[in-house]
This record gives sequence, C-alpha cells and structure tokens, in this order.
Amino acid sequence: MNTPLNTPLNTPLNTALNTALFGYTLALADDALVSAQRMGWWISRAPELEEDVALANIGLDQLGQARHLLTYAGELEGDGRSEDDLAYLRDDREFRNVQLVERPMTDFGVAMARLLVLATYQLHLYRALAVSDGAPLSGVAAKAVKEVTYHVDHASRWVLRLGDGTEQSHARMQAALDAEWPFVHELFTPCHPSLAGLVPDPAALRESVLADVRRVVTEATLVVPEVSPALGGGRRGLHTEHLGYLLAEMQHLHRSNPGAIW
Amino acid sequence: MTWTTPTTMPRAREIAATVLDPELPMVTIEDLGILRDVTEDDQGRVHVTITPTYSGCPAIETIREDLVSRLELAGYQRVDVEFVLSPAWSSDDLTEQGRQNLARAGIAPPGPVQSADGPVPLTLSVRCPRCDSLDTRESSRFGSTACKSLWVCRACREPFDHFKAI
Repeated sequence: MNTPLNTPLNTPLNTALNTALFGYTLALADDALVSAQRMGWWISRAPELEEDVALANIGLDQLGQARHLLTYAGELEGDGRSEDDLAYLRDDREFRNVQLVERPMTDFGVAMARLLVLATYQLHLYRALAVSDGAPLSGVAAKAVKEVTYHVDHASRWVLRLGDGTEQSHARMQAALDAEWPFVHELFTPCHPSLAGLVPDPAALRESVLADVRRVVTEATLVVPEVSPALGGGRRGLHTEHLGYLLAEMQHLHRSNPGAIW
Repeated sequence: MTWTTPTTMPRAREIAATVLDPELPMVTIEDLGILRDVTEDDQGRVHVTITPTYSGCPAIETIREDLVSRLELAGYQRVDVEFVLSPAWSSDDLTEQGRQNLARAGIAPPGPVQSADGPVPLTLSVRCPRCDSLDTRESSRFGSTACKSLWVCRACREPFDHFKAI
C-alpha cells in the first residue's frame, strides 16, 4: 500500500522518530485488529440477521484499517516485516492494543458500549490525522473516517434504543457501560513526546471524545459510570490473559501452515 | 511477441476500464470510480493504479488479478497494479453510466455525499429500483457488501440494496 509520507525512512537521524512512529501506528493497528477479531465472534450470534451483517461489516472495516496500518508500520520499521508477519507472528507482549478491545465481548450491550467508545475515539483520532495533508497516516485516516462515522452511528442507535428501552434493556445497557468504563481511560495514554506536532496525541482527545460519548449516554437515560480506571498497560505490551486466547485462535492457522495464503 | 505500433493494440486504459467489480458485476471499475490511472510504455509495460472503496473491501485482490490477466492476455508483457488510498474514494466518483447499471440491476444508486466530516447523513428516502416508489424504509444500515445498506419497499414489498453515500 502507498501511504503519503514526508518523513525520510531509515536514515540514521530519523531512526528514533521512526521507532516512535512505529509504536504509534502499531497501537492504532492493534486496536483495530483485535477489535475486528472480537466482532467476528458475533457472526451468526447477533440478535437478528441484519445485526450479524452489520457487525461483520464493521469488523471488516476495522480489519481493512488494521491491514493498511500494519503494512505502514512494517515500512517504518524497515526490517521487511509484512502485515501478515506483524499480525500472525507477534506474541501478546508485542501487541500494543488497549485492554478495552481484547476482553471477551459476548454480551450485546457490552459490544455496543465498547464500539461506541472505541469508534468515537477512532473518529476523533483519524479525523485529526486526516486533516494534515501529506502527514504520516493521513491517507489511511481519511479513508477510515468515513467508515468509523458509520460505526459511531450504529453503536449510538443501539445504546439509545437499549438504554431508553425496557427496564431490563436499560439495566443491562447500564451494566455494560459499568463493565467497560474502567478500560476507557487507557485510550488516552499520551504518545511518545518526539511525535508532538507530527501526529495527534491521544491524550489531547480525552475531553472531546468523552463529551461525545457522554451526550449519547445521557440521551439514552443512562449515567456515565464513576469508577476507578483499570491498571491498563496495553500500549506497553501488558495485557489481560484474554489476549493470549484470542491470538491463539487468530494466529493458529498461519503458524501451523507458515506462508499459507488464501 | 514484439511491440509494433500503439495503434495495433487496444490501449491499456481501455482494457483496464472493462474489468468488472466481482461483487457488483454490472459495474466496471471505471464506472465505480476506483480506476485511478493507467500508464504504459513502449516496452509493453503497464502500470495501473486503483483505490479501494472501503479499507477492508475483499474485492480489491480479485480486481488486481483480473487486471493482470486481462492485460497480459492483450499482449502486455508486464503489468503492475498499485493500490493508493489518497484521495479517498467517494461514492460521488461513480459515473452516470455506473449509476444506471446499478439501478437496472436492482441496486438503488447513492445520492450525493453531503459532508465527509459530519455525522452519517440522514437519507430521507431512497427510490425503489423496482417500482420507483419513494415509500421505502431502511432495514439495515449494513448490507451484503461493505458498500451497501438494506432497504425494503413498502409499495411493492421487495427488499433491495442501496449503494451507500460515503
């Protein structure tokens, strides 16, 4: 994939910068990749057929974004690793996704609460990346903005419907928000200081992202949970035990059959 | 084979433009607006540039293979297909011919994209491609492929696909 890039690659002066940008790109890629894998679980299990299709499409969008981002990360790294190498041949400690996306997602309320938070975050981040023409990742981001706009919309509709629905749906949607909320804060982990001015810092997006989420939650007659943040650490490669199981399933085919392609 | 004069062979652009989208086989990649550029040199080498509709669109690989085989069959010696992401594809890139072909196949063509940065545009109504009624409703914002949503016509009761405006 061709991505506009104005940072010279693999020159000694830029090695440190490339390493920082590699980590930044990997974080975005792994959020999308791991979330896509969780979305795939819902195929054939959603409450209605249309929802099967919707969640599959959302997962496919995320997978596509992850592929572009991983390809770009491989170029930055300069060691010749392809998108497949990065997706299939890294162990859990080398993944940089937030813990939010790796935990099991077998409750529909949890799936919608998580998608609302993740997609809103991605929308703000990709939008900021897309506006700087020629900046690293702007091409991938401009494409992704259009897609995650739909994801935010889809999750918002469900949160409104369930939150402002029956007594039971309201209680379950609130419980889902309560379960996800400790993991929301990790999304706003500051990026490496050397990237200042080059790419948007997730830490700077906290207020605007949370304001958008809060608006939907409040309209859905739900409350934003007041809970302590989870320990986090996904951006540094520290994960819950769930990621290992997820990767085992996702990577099994490729590792058992090295070089296998469709 | 040897390359003689450009006029003895259809130009690469014309050949590339006839490749169909495997998931929307009533539309060429040119009408879909994803064929960005075709250049050829006097050695019979062709460089084709295409862009995906959606980041995860699985059709793009098949399209690449179709381009290579179609152009090689036409005598071109070496065919490179490059994927680009910028500028991002928009459903506004569909040609008028492409829109007509979609409608004829029962897929309601997209309306104009309102704003790339705003919320998902509210589509007031989509005309039923079968009976032309505007009395239709969206049954799912996501359809059989990434680029389509599902609709139902209240007049003729037929479900149909709508090509999303993005």
